[in-house]
Amino acid sequence: MAERKRSTTSVTRALAPRTKSADVGRGTDAPSTWGLGDGQRVPWEYAPAPESRDVVQLKSRYGLFIGGKEVAPRSGQWFTTIDPATEEPLAEIARANVEDVNQAVAAARRAFKREWGDLPGRDRAKYLFRIARILQERSREFAVLESLDGGKPIKESRDVDVPLAAAHFWYYAGWADKLEYAFPARDPKPLGVAAQVIPWNFPLLMLAWKIAPALAAGNTVVLKPASSTPLSALFFADVCRQADLPAGVVNIITGPGEIGLALVKHPDVDKVAFTGSTVVGKEIGRALAGSDKALTLELGGKAANIIFEDAPMDQAIEGVVNGIFFNQGEVCCAGSRLFVQESIAAPFIERLKDRLSTLRVGDPLDKNTDVGAINNAAQLAKIEELVEAGQAEGAEMYQPACDLPARGYFFRPTLFTNVSQSSRIAQEEIFGPVLSVLTFRTPAEAIEKANNTAYGLSAGVWTDKGSRILSMVSQLRAGVVWANTYNRFDPTSPFGGYKESGFGREGGLHGLLSYLDTGDAH
Amino acid sequence: MATQKRSTGATTPQTAPAQSRIPVRKTYKLYVGGQFPRSESGRSYVVRAPDGTPLANAVRSSRKDLRDAVRLARGAASGWAAKTAMNRGQVLYRVAELMEGRRAQFIEEVAAAEGLPSARAEALVDRSIDRWVWYAGWADKISQVLGTVNPVGAPYFNFTIPEATGVVGIVAPEGSSLLGLVSRVAPAVVGGNAVVVLASETRPLPAVTLAEVLATSDVPPGVINLLTGLRTELVPIMAGHMDVNAIDIWGVPREMREQTEVSAMESVKRVARPPRDGDERFDWLDDARAQRPEWITRFLEMKTVWHPIGV
Repeated sequence: MAERKRSTTSVTRALAPRTKSADVGRGTDAPSTWGLGDGQRVPWEYAPAPESRDVVQLKSRYGLFIGGKEVAPRSGQWFTTIDPATEEPLAEIARANVEDVNQAVAAARRAFKREWGDLPGRDRAKYLFRIARILQERSREFAVLESLDGGKPIKESRDVDVPLAAAHFWYYAGWADKLEYAFPARDPKPLGVAAQVIPWNFPLLMLAWKIAPALAAGNTVVLKPASSTPLSALFFADVCRQADLPAGVVNIITGPGEIGLALVKHPDVDKVAFTGSTVVGKEIGRALAGSDKALTLELGGKAANIIFEDAPMDQAIEGVVNGIFFNQGEVCCAGSRLFVQESIAAPFIERLKDRLSTLRVGDPLDKNTDVGAINNAAQLAKIEELVEAGQAEGAEMYQPACDLPARGYFFRPTLFTNVSQSSRIAQEEIFGPVLSVLTFRTPAEAIEKANNTAYGLSAGVWTDKGSRILSMVSQLRAGVVWANTYNRFDPTSPFGGYKESGFGREGGLHGLLSYLDTGDAH
Repeated sequence: MATQKRSTGATTPQTAPAQSRIPVRKTYKLYVGGQFPRSESGRSYVVRAPDGTPLANAVRSSRKDLRDAVRLARGAASGWAAKTAMNRGQVLYRVAELMEGRRAQFIEEVAAAEGLPSARAEALVDRSIDRWVWYAGWADKISQVLGTVNPVGAPYFNFTIPEATGVVGIVAPEGSSLLGLVSRVAPAVVGGNAVVVLASETRPLPAVTLAEVLATSDVPPGVINLLTGLRTELVPIMAGHMDVNAIDIWGVPREMREQTEVSAMESVKRVARPPRDGDERFDWLDDARAQRPEWITRFLEMKTVWHPIGV
C-alpha cells in the first residue's frame, strides 16, 4: 500500500509540466527521480483495445506458390507457423526441398523468357500499380496477419509495415517504363531471375523491398520468406493472382534456411538479394564466390544514437525509445547503442527510465501495445543470453516493472548503463528491446566510439546545431543517418550499409540499380 | 645479377652507343606510404620480357609488406576523402601532367614489358595519361550524377550522397602493365579511397615507374601504395585482410578467383570482378568499356540522411 502511494506521487510529478527541462539540458542539478523510473509500476490499469482478427481467414495449410499455382511440396513435409504472442499454431506451411527450388527457378526463368522480360515497361508498371492498390485495399487484413504471425504491435503493422509495403510497389511501378531516364546512356536491362531471401522482422515490407524493384526492372523472382513468418508472403501470392500477374513472375517457396541457400546457389539464378544476419550473409556470399551472380546484402547493425547536450530533450527521448523499441528492437538499424553527452547523462537516463515505465508490453493485437512479442523462441533465448552476458560483464540493468503475458515470447524493455565499449552488449547485435547506454564528452570522441564497430548500417544524431549535424553526418560510417529523428523509412529513400552491414541499396533510384545490368558493372 | 646482362637496353633510354658509357641501372622498389622501401623480406624475382629476356629484379613483397601498406593506406584514407572534390581532381590531373613529361620513358618501358612495337606502346601510354585526365574531371561531378534528393512522404529533408568506401585492394590486370593498372586505380582514387595495388606479376616495371611519378606529384603519401610480387602469395592476404573494405579482383588468376571471393566475404568486402569474357580479350583502348563512371561507383558507399522539416 505504501509503495502504491509513493509511486502515485511520482506519477504526479512525471505528468506535471516540466518547466525546468530547459535547465536540465544545461546540466543543472536534476531531481534524483523524475517519476516512474525506479522500477515502480504504473498506478493505473489499461483497458484492452483489441483489434479483431476476424478479418484474416486462415486456411489450415499453405502450399508453395510456383508458376502461378499453389502446389504441395515434393518433400511431402509441412511445418507449423505459430503466433509468438500465444504460442498457438496458425497454419501448416509447405517445406520445400531442392526439387521444389528447381521448379520455382524454372518457372521464373520461363516467365522471364516468354513474357515478363519483353513486356513493355508500361505494362509492368500497371501490374505493379495493381499490386499496390490491392495491398491498400486489403491493408487491414495484412496488418492483422503480420501481427499474428510475427508478434509486432498492430499499430506498427497498420501504420508502418503495410502502408510502406504498398508505397514501395507504388513507387517502383512508376519506374518500370522510365528506366532509360533513371540511367541515361546506359541501356539498362533486367538481370533475369532474382533469388530473394528475407527475414522475419518485417516480412511483408521486406518482400515489397525485394519484389517491387525487381519486377519494375523486368526481372522475375523466387522469394523465400523466413520460416517463422511465411504467412504474409503466401497471402501476397493471392494478391499476385488478384492482380492477374503472369504466372511465374513471382514464386514463393517456404522452408528452412538450407532451402534459401539452395535457392541462391541455383545455377540458373542471375541475381541474389538477401536481408538478414551478417553470419548468414557471409555464408551466402561465400556460396556465390566464383560465380557471375549479382549480389546485394542487407545485414546486421549496431547503430549509435548520439545525443548532444543541446538536443531537444523530449524529442530525443522519444527518438531513442522509437529507435530501440520499435518492433521490439528486432530491427537491423535499431539504435541499440545510445551515446549521451556526459553533461546531460544523468538526467537524460532518468527520464529515459521514466519513459520505459510507460511502454505497454503485451498483446500485439491490442491497439495500444508499444512492445509486442519477440518473434520466435530462438530469438528470445538469444536476447536472454546477451542480457545475461551484459550483467556478467558488469553493466547495470534497468527494466520497468511491467507485467508480461503468461504465455508467448515476451521480453521487458531493457536498459543497460555503465556499459564498456568492449562489452558484448555494446558490440554484438542483440536484435531485441535492449539498449546499451554509453557516454562521451566531445564530438570527436562520439565519432570514435560510434564508428568502433564492424557494422555500418545506420546512426542517429541529436543536436540543435546545424553545422554539427552536417559534420557528424559526414564522419559517421553508416549508410543511413537520422538527424533529430530515427527509424524513418520511405520507398524513395535508399537504405543499406557500410562495412559488414552489407552492400547495395534498397529504395529509391539506387535500389533500382541493384536489379539492372547497365553494361558491365565491374 | 649476371642473368641481367642484356637487360639494360630495354629499360634505359639508349642515347649513346652501349660501349661508350656504362649505364646506371634502376633498382625497382615498392612504393608505400610515399616511400620507396625494399621488401622487409629481402626477396626479389626476375622480371622477363615476353620473349624471355630478363629485364630487372622486382621486389617480391611479403605478407608484412602488404600489411604495412594497408596500415598506411588506412592512415591516409580519411584525409584524402576529406579533401575537396576539386582538389582531388587537380591532384589526379597533376599525375597526368607529370606522366606527360616522362612519356618517352613510359613508352620504352611498356614496349619492353609487354613486348610491343613502340607505336603500339605509344598509344597505350598516351591513353594512360588521358585516362587520368578523364577521371580527374569526375572528382567534382560524380556526386552530382549519383546523389539524389529524395521526395519522402513525410516532412523530412532527405538526401543521398556518395562517400568513399575506404581502403581498396587492387589486383591490377596481368596483361596491361600500365593502361590496365591506371584504368583500375584512377577511378578508385578519384572517389576518395586509398588503395593498395598489386602490379602485374609478370609485367610490373612500368607500374614502379608510375610510382616515381606519384611520389613527385601531389598525391598524398599512403593514398596510392604499390607492391610487386607473386599473386599466389599476396592475393590471399589482401582478400582476407580485415581492414580492407573492397577488392578489385581483375588481375586475380582464374583458378584463384573463387577462394579469393570466399576470403573477401570474411569482412564483407565489396568485390569488383573482371568481365565475363575474361581479362585477356579486354581492349583497354576502348573508351566506351574501359573508362566508366560505374568503376568509380564500385568503390563508393551511398549515404542517406534524414532531417525533420519544421519551425
